Amino acid sequence: MSDCPTTYLDHGATTPLRPEVADAMAAARALPLGNPTGSHRPAQRARRLLEEARDEVAASMGRQPGEIVFTSGGTESANLAVFGALGAGCRAPRSASLLSSAVEHPAVRESCRAAAQSASVTWHELPVDGSGLVDLHALEAAVDGATALVAVMLANNETGVLQPLDRVVETVRRASDTAVVFTDAVQAASFLDLAESAAGADLVALSAHKLGGPVGVGVLAVRAGVALAPRQHGGGQERERRSGTQDVVGAVGLATALHLAAAERVEVAQRVAALRDRLAGGLVASIAGACRTVPPGVATLPGHLHLCLPGVEREELLVALDAHGICASGGSSCASGALEASHVLAAMGVPDRLARGSIRFTMGRDTTAADIDRALAVVPPVVASLRHDP
Amino acid sequence: MRVLVAMSGGVDSSVAAALLVEAGHDVVGATLKLWGGFSDSGCCSVADVDDARRVAQQLGIDHHVFNLTEDFDRHVVAPYVEAHARGRTPNPCIECNRAIKFDRLLERSDRLGFDRLATGHHARVTRAANGPHELRRGADVAKDQSYVLSMLGQSELARVVFPIGEMTKSDVRAHAVRLGLRTAAKPDSQDVCFIGSIEGRQGFLADKLAFHPAEVVDGRGDPVGRVDAVELVTVGQRRGMGHGNDGSRHYVVAVDVPARRVTVGSAAEANISAVVLRRATLTWVNQPLALGARAIAQVSAHGRPASCTVGANADGVVVEFDSPQRPVAPGQTVALYDVVDPDAVVGAGIAA
Repeated sequence: MSDCPTTYLDHGATTPLRPEVADAMAAARALPLGNPTGSHRPAQRARRLLEEARDEVAASMGRQPGEIVFTSGGTESANLAVFGALGAGCRAPRSASLLSSAVEHPAVRESCRAAAQSASVTWHELPVDGSGLVDLHALEAAVDGATALVAVMLANNETGVLQPLDRVVETVRRASDTAVVFTDAVQAASFLDLAESAAGADLVALSAHKLGGPVGVGVLAVRAGVALAPRQHGGGQERERRSGTQDVVGAVGLATALHLAAAERVEVAQRVAALRDRLAGGLVASIAGACRTVPPGVATLPGHLHLCLPGVEREELLVALDAHGICASGGSSCASGALEASHVLAAMGVPDRLARGSIRFTMGRDTTAADIDRALAVVPPVVASLRHDP
Repeated sequence: MRVLVAMSGGVDSSVAAALLVEAGHDVVGATLKLWGGFSDSGCCSVADVDDARRVAQQLGIDHHVFNLTEDFDRHVVAPYVEAHARGRTPNPCIECNRAIKFDRLLERSDRLGFDRLATGHHARVTRAANGPHELRRGADVAKDQSYVLSMLGQSELARVVFPIGEMTKSDVRAHAVRLGLRTAAKPDSQDVCFIGSIEGRQGFLADKLAFHPAEVVDGRGDPVGRVDAVELVTVGQRRGMGHGNDGSRHYVVAVDVPARRVTVGSAAEANISAVVLRRATLTWVNQPLALGARAIAQVSAHGRPASCTVGANADGVVVEFDSPQRPVAPGQTVALYDVVDPDAVVGAGIAA
């Protein structure tokens, strides 16, 4: 293995744990902490840390503390949202429908698919346009009194495209008093102010490790008054919405990461977007046929750059870039680790010929100008060396 | 040398990778995901990929998973189904080697800048000074896999390496044990990788093609029985074909899918004196055999080699056996070996 420097451009997969977060977690871990449901002082101390973290998260998300449910991460939050909304609506067996955009993360898609195994549940995917934006007319036509949940992500994990969530919420409210709107904000949380951009959603999922926090902790925000059936049963923690002893130290890490992200959000977004634009411009200019998958003018997260490079196979590109220390992503992997064809690009109508050579670079708050310089120097010749007729 | 080693998660390719690392090469492992459907017998289950990845980690080498399921579907599975529909007996492992491992993967290895592609096959590539590359049987006669590699030519042989070709299977296992590789005691894979051991060939094909009942007739055309699925009958098959009047077992002599007819006969009637290899399927390790050349033919992965003379007709090469042989099903590969150097593959073709 060569020992070239590592240029990490895969912040959309996970971001490094921020030192301030690690410090806050270490400080919490150093305390004598009991089980937060207990009655003695160590338990009360744990409870206090947990509730302070909850207050912090609630403030960052523009929610009330009682609306915050700590989970093990984005996937659990998505499962809880889908099955929880369905379960709560089905006191008596009756038909319920799920609607989701065709570009949702597998955590949402596969939850819907699994829920739709039940005879009383139907699931319909809402088409997106060539930019990846959900079709609001299709949504309007699909929502009715039987709709239990509408899932539209805040920002897409592959392309970074921002969905018009406010208009989704308006559309749903016009057609139904009972449909619950769920937004997966996992990818968006590091760059967007959820108090504003996810304000209309009834359920909001986020995950700590996408914003400088630890892996293994996430949140599902549940608007007061929205009924949610628990997915896991036990001691009734998290106001009976998610049983199981809470990860107090993880919650402290999540709260710290969110707080830090909020404080610097505008500055980081501007800086990262400038780096991303320089990388995009440089690669498109120096690689023949390269194009941005998302058309200019469509709003995306500042750190996402999705490119199509015709004549290259993304598996080969990732291996060759990795050999040069450049970390990027080719989309979702299956259980074995093999790359799968992207349902997101397919839904956008990206031709297979282009999708085969697609790659995602995601920048984060600690991405530097030197990282971009290095990528601009390495990626074009690597692409040239791999190019062949399909 | 930079070597890409194909790691199935089995012991042979694990040791192949280990030997290359021990020899000081710059080694990267790759596991192919070939089959998207369910199979418990094959080489691309999640557990097998995990084994390959863990071995690579233990050896301290990079490891990647390559998803070649689309190519595998197109070049191996679809032709496999299509062949059965026509009453032929395909050899998917050979097609996988031809189209996937020593074509798609070899090209990928080249593009990624590797000097060689390694696999854990029991076979050897040798070369006299400045001479052509030779493909030879593996040192372990019982495990020899030269038959399933017999379609390779100079272009491929120049770019591949078979690190365990000089070893016996027990050498391989002993080496794996010595290194503490987790795959040391893993059983050998036996069957076609995309076919589950429980569903079997019939279960696999059931939702991919229509089975048709057929009449079983003897050499005179007299009906002697019926089968439920003519598509599952193979030339040379004995099972389920009953017995002749003299009590001898019946063998399948011919399968005619359009006519829904299976013809059977005694062993003597079924045996053949020659087989034709279709011209378009012929491959040669180096030079083609001349007309009238002597050779040794092997008609299955571990079949007994048989002496023959090579001729030609309008369809391709005619392999004329010195003595009658068990029938060769249309679609099967016949590998030809050198008559004076019987470990060396000369070429191969598919029986018409």
